[in-house]
Amino acid sequence: MSEPTLFEKSAAGRCAIALPELDVPGSALPDELLRDDLALPELSQLDLVRHYQRLSERSFGVDSGFYPLGSCTMKYNPRIGEALARLPGFTDAHPLQSIESVQGPLEIMFRLQSWLAEIGGFARVSLQPAAGAQGEFTALLMMRAWQRDRGEGHRTQILIPDSAHGTNPASTSMAGLSVLEIPSDSRGNISLDALRAACDETVVGLMITNPNTLGLFEQQIEEVIELVHRCGGLVYGDGANMNALAGVLRPGDLGIDLMHYNLHKTFSTPHGGGGPGSGPLAVSDELRDYLPAPVVERVVDEEHGDVETRYRLESPSKSIGRMCSFHGNFGMIVRAYAYIALHGIAGLRENSMHAVLNANYLRVMLRDNYPVPFDRTNMHEFVCRGDVGSEGVSATDVCKRLIDYGFHPPTSHFPLVVPHALMIEPTETESLETLDGFVAAMLEIEREARDAPEHLRAAPHTAPVKRLDEVRAARQPILRSRVQS
Amino acid sequence: MTFVPHTDADREAMLAVIGVERMDALFADVPEPFRFPALDLPPARSELEVERELQGVASKSARLLEAPGFLGAGSYRHYIPATVDSVLRRGEFFTSYTPYQAEISQGILQATFEYQSMICELTAMDVSTASHYDGATALAEAALLALAVGQGRRSKIVASQNLHPQYREVVSTYLAGTTAELAIPATSDAAAASVAALLDVDTAACIVQSPNYFGQLEPMTMLAQRAHAVGALLIAVPDPIALGMFRAPGDDGADIVAAEGQSLGISPSFGGPHLGILAMKQALVRRSAGRLVGETVDADGERGYVLTLATREQHIRREKATSNICTNAALTALAAAVYLATVGRSGLRRIAELCYHKSHYAAAQIASLPGCGINPQAPDNPFFKEFVVRLPIPAERANAAIEAEIGVVGGRALGLDFADREDQLLLAVTELHTRKDIDALVAVLRKTVSTGISR
Repeated sequence: MSEPTLFEKSAAGRCAIALPELDVPGSALPDELLRDDLALPELSQLDLVRHYQRLSERSFGVDSGFYPLGSCTMKYNPRIGEALARLPGFTDAHPLQSIESVQGPLEIMFRLQSWLAEIGGFARVSLQPAAGAQGEFTALLMMRAWQRDRGEGHRTQILIPDSAHGTNPASTSMAGLSVLEIPSDSRGNISLDALRAACDETVVGLMITNPNTLGLFEQQIEEVIELVHRCGGLVYGDGANMNALAGVLRPGDLGIDLMHYNLHKTFSTPHGGGGPGSGPLAVSDELRDYLPAPVVERVVDEEHGDVETRYRLESPSKSIGRMCSFHGNFGMIVRAYAYIALHGIAGLRENSMHAVLNANYLRVMLRDNYPVPFDRTNMHEFVCRGDVGSEGVSATDVCKRLIDYGFHPPTSHFPLVVPHALMIEPTETESLETLDGFVAAMLEIEREARDAPEHLRAAPHTAPVKRLDEVRAARQPILRSRVQS
Repeated sequence: MTFVPHTDADREAMLAVIGVERMDALFADVPEPFRFPALDLPPARSELEVERELQGVASKSARLLEAPGFLGAGSYRHYIPATVDSVLRRGEFFTSYTPYQAEISQGILQATFEYQSMICELTAMDVSTASHYDGATALAEAALLALAVGQGRRSKIVASQNLHPQYREVVSTYLAGTTAELAIPATSDAAAASVAALLDVDTAACIVQSPNYFGQLEPMTMLAQRAHAVGALLIAVPDPIALGMFRAPGDDGADIVAAEGQSLGISPSFGGPHLGILAMKQALVRRSAGRLVGETVDADGERGYVLTLATREQHIRREKATSNICTNAALTALAAAVYLATVGRSGLRRIAELCYHKSHYAAAQIASLPGCGINPQAPDNPFFKEFVVRLPIPAERANAAIEAEIGVVGGRALGLDFADREDQLLLAVTELHTRKDIDALVAVLRKTVSTGISR
């Protein structure tokens, strides 16, 4: 049964909250500028709370069950992060307060900048980008500015492997650059031959996700980086998959010049139903002066024999500018800080290793029933095919049927290089029992795909709704409702 | 500590299934010289220790925050009803991902659909996206949308000096990837007229923040007419709380609304996460950035919700997408939805009027102080909850006195944004301030300006 909308539940005259009376003399209102048409819903507080309670019951988070959504790193979000981000000294702090009065928050930011630089092997970090895609866009603007300063503004090409996330080419276009797609080879690596042919004086750089979206570590990563550097290009690392590598490998050590982190993946700030996230950008020493403004700097004053550490906000000397208002998603910064503080380096490494262990376990357990096109040791995720059992069964059908078994489906139909891809990322916080439960469901679904494919094609059967008509939604868009008058 | 649940026996069993002896063996592809580096990070600490540390850090900045201060300038403390956080703490909401799998995500999809609907009501627009990072980036996306509508034939975005300085910077950054430019009149005098004078057939859009950075309402209708006369779009940047009482931008001719939604139940949180609102007229939707939730039916004909018009988006269209945005601000949009539904029609009006009357009371009191003036650039323009005080002393000195004597944060010293406004202070007064709070502010200013003058 569907839940009525707020608008359908509204009745004129109800209100969910009492507000104070005016305690100062009123002023004249500019009548010609006023409105009287505001049709917001009117509900009692109980009806409102029940509404959202029911909506939450019709949603599914990591808290609800296994959520192996590839490339999204849906791991447990520690509750302590939620508590700490809600401390009044953080939530009520205004971003434009005097620097002296916000030394605490700035200290947290400075330390997280330093930790992220250290974890990735970079010189400097900006916490400003609000999401991974914005980190990419920031990096591309920086790469271009750096090359212009070297008299190489004629470069316009960004090389992107065919397995890349869609944000990579989209960010490239936003930066005014063009995309040249590089194919994958038979082992799931970027094709060195194709890359070699593409590397010339038109290249701004390469965007590379490592491990790539097949969940595979690029086996020739050092040659790849060298080829790009040799033609005068820069190498950008998409850090979406850092949950395989934190504590295991520092991308900066390989020569990668810039990389964003997704705090909402590797460092477990909650995804919030799609955001807000945080996409800090880490860069090499060569590029540090181009970072977006502001960054937090530490100043050590030694006056009158006292040593005092202070923090301030600074604009790097060749900054590409500001990416969003204020200093970044501080609430996410606090959570990520707490997460790293709890783990230490040993904990981060343990996370990566268990994320990889879990993903390899699932690959081996499933590969006889779900073909794995690049069947070698994978990192934190792997890709298999979902068109199993009988003709006409699709990856979508498998996904929808998983819902009936109580699991969130994996990412499907991506990466594009594998038809009917199912991209499975279990993360390190899932137990062997959970993984085995998932394997059992997947094997049962594969049997159904052989014996009762029509049952799969009609799935889900137990969700609040049956399969939804997405074509109709796009052809006849209904994007809002209203209070019924 | 970690949150890894594996026992030694689990690990052994799993390694045996995979067919390797040790965990390290799974990392053979990682170049050996760089594998498992030593890192300079502090050792792991217990939850108790981390909590104690961060409580200490937070308490350092809490001194000025016990009572609401007078700083706004794009991020505001408003009352946040208890309903908001109780909804946000539901794990099904905050630990979920973007609802790509609609059947298992009906709740968050419906909540977002309702958010979109309420934003449309508030702004008198036809369509609202599911959210953007913040007001500044929503505005940048609005500018890019206007340029896309102009199809490369129009290469100018016009804004006034009254636009939030950081929004101006963000729009400029985003335009760096285009051949377009942001044109701003050299002077802040007669701002609306000088903006109108810049509009021409090369203009893709005119940006009008109202209430503007200084808290004052702009002549939206006039600017919309002037923009439309040259074939440009009007992008309005309102304060959503102000829309509880003032005319909606869509009714004054705006084509796109980009706004900061933080006032709607979201704390300042040292600048983020906030909420980017982006709404528009129907004709613009297929060129817009951002996710959209639409209503549809399921196989049984029952109502349901899905992400829709995704062929605009990066995961489908890649380099031809309207934007690169993926992660947005879904949870703060949920906060705004719960906020709007909690206060409802009459509540938002009441909150807006409380802001209006209290700020006008404060402004009138301050105007009577020796050497002080209100809104010196445009004293006759209406304002909402923020206003500029011209002081006979540097604004920074007034702020220092407010912090020292009342123990709250002062206003925005406008000399930080504009070299010629060192003596001006931007103050925000909201429903959180009692008459006593305002009177205390006025008393401190009285004392400070009289000492300042006598010096």
